[in-house]
Amino acid sequence: MAATEKLYFYPVWLRIWHGINALGIVTLIITGISMQSSVESSHILGFNLIVKLHNIAGTLVTLSYFIYFIGNVVTPNGKFYRIKPRGFFAKPIQQAIYYAWGMFHGMKPPYPISEKRKFNPLQKYAYVMVMYMAVPVVIISGIGLLFPEIILDKVYAFSGVFVTAVVHSAMGFFISVFLMIHLYIASIGKSPLENFKSIITGWHQVH
Amino acid sequence: MKYTSVIFVCLFLFCTTGIVPAQSYKNAQHHQCLKCHSNQSYSFMNTVKNKVEKRLMNPYFIIDTVGLTHGVHKQFDCTDCHSSEYGTYPHQATLKLQPLSTCLDCHGGDASFATYHFERIDEEFKKSVHYKVYGDNFTCTKCHSQHTYKATARTSSDVLEIVDYSNKMCLSCHNDMKKYKMVSGHDNPKLIQVHEWLPNQELHFAHVRCIECHTEVADSLMVSHNILPKEKALKKCVECHSANSRLKASLYKYQNLQKRSENGTLNTVLANESYIIGSHQIPLLKLASILIFFIALCGILIHGIFRIIKKK
Repeated sequence: MAATEKLYFYPVWLRIWHGINALGIVTLIITGISMQSSVESSHILGFNLIVKLHNIAGTLVTLSYFIYFIGNVVTPNGKFYRIKPRGFFAKPIQQAIYYAWGMFHGMKPPYPISEKRKFNPLQKYAYVMVMYMAVPVVIISGIGLLFPEIILDKVYAFSGVFVTAVVHSAMGFFISVFLMIHLYIASIGKSPLENFKSIITGWHQVH
Repeated sequence: MKYTSVIFVCLFLFCTTGIVPAQSYKNAQHHQCLKCHSNQSYSFMNTVKNKVEKRLMNPYFIIDTVGLTHGVHKQFDCTDCHSSEYGTYPHQATLKLQPLSTCLDCHGGDASFATYHFERIDEEFKKSVHYKVYGDNFTCTKCHSQHTYKATARTSSDVLEIVDYSNKMCLSCHNDMKKYKMVSGHDNPKLIQVHEWLPNQELHFAHVRCIECHTEVADSLMVSHNILPKEKALKKCVECHSANSRLKASLYKYQNLQKRSENGTLNTVLANESYIIGSHQIPLLKLASILIFFIALCGILIHGIFRIIKKK
């Protein structure tokens, strides 16, 4: 068993952003599902209140996204998200094999986290997709839906509002699935709660 | 032979003049009624003073000739409904006292108009706040101009046009100080202030009809005519913004019918339901999202079980 080393992985600004973002996203998912026409849960909280909550949480997540974005531009944290062309497919596949098979067969993690490598390749891809693609799209489409008069009337034969709403909720759904997997993967560690403690204290145990 | 030609020419002239309306609306200046009733002013020979005089036309008696030539009653001449004695000026005072035909006089009980359900409309209208407050004085023509009315809701394929046409009927009084007061005797409510609670008011006004919230939907009618008192107007967002949206039974009734009858394209199906929030309005995306969700959940569960077994 290797000696454990403590690394200060999550600076304060990142933890603040992550906290706001987590609460905001959870609120958005719950209220978002309630607003979906197929889920008639609106009588629990009332449609108007749900819409209001969704708008507030959306604004909060948008503002906190700026903390995240600026933080990653001005601090070295941004470099952890850079994907290199070398092993573009091979690296994440290797990591996936580890999760699906290797970890149950005594294999060592192919990309253990260190000071230089905060995320394993699969994790990095997922974060880049969510934080630099899905979240910006959901923010922009959300702003569109908040001020529908700025949306194009027609996108080819479709109503602009309709296209924006579909993009917004499809991306929202993608983020929901990400969150589910994110929470589960976070429980993989020395103990299931270890990673959750880290994101609160900022310190990460490297085994 | 000579006589036969003359007879043929006479017969031809007789037949053709019989088909063409007695007076064409197309050239209002040559129409006996419209030469005055399409203008702001009119001139006539004042036989008492023995000179030609110019007077202002009562604005409510000025007919929109463009609307007239496109309206549902375009094939009729003025005197088909109004007395032919209006042909002289000054018009006889007693002519105004004569009753005019009501809509149901022609449309009621006529099999060719059965699809319009005029009798049912009348029944519903009698329950409406308009009838309850103003009684028989509130005629169909208060909203549906007999001169220019077009069945836009049945003929147009553009929902926004249907909405605009319908809302203009309401706004022609409710947003017109003079006309509103003329009928009701009091000032019209300020519509923008009254609807302040409604989010994105402008968009709502352009995309849905007033009657969506202000009538009770009747399944057997294309357009509900039971206009409710304002206290009973709909104020719940979810009544429209849900899978069981009431718009399906009102505004989109037309499109739904078209969709069924023409086996409509995907476009109309998709564009139809943009008032419902989310991607779940597309059945394929709904199915895909449910599948993805359960696959992810199963993956997590199976992985979790293995972790417990292997104590990882």
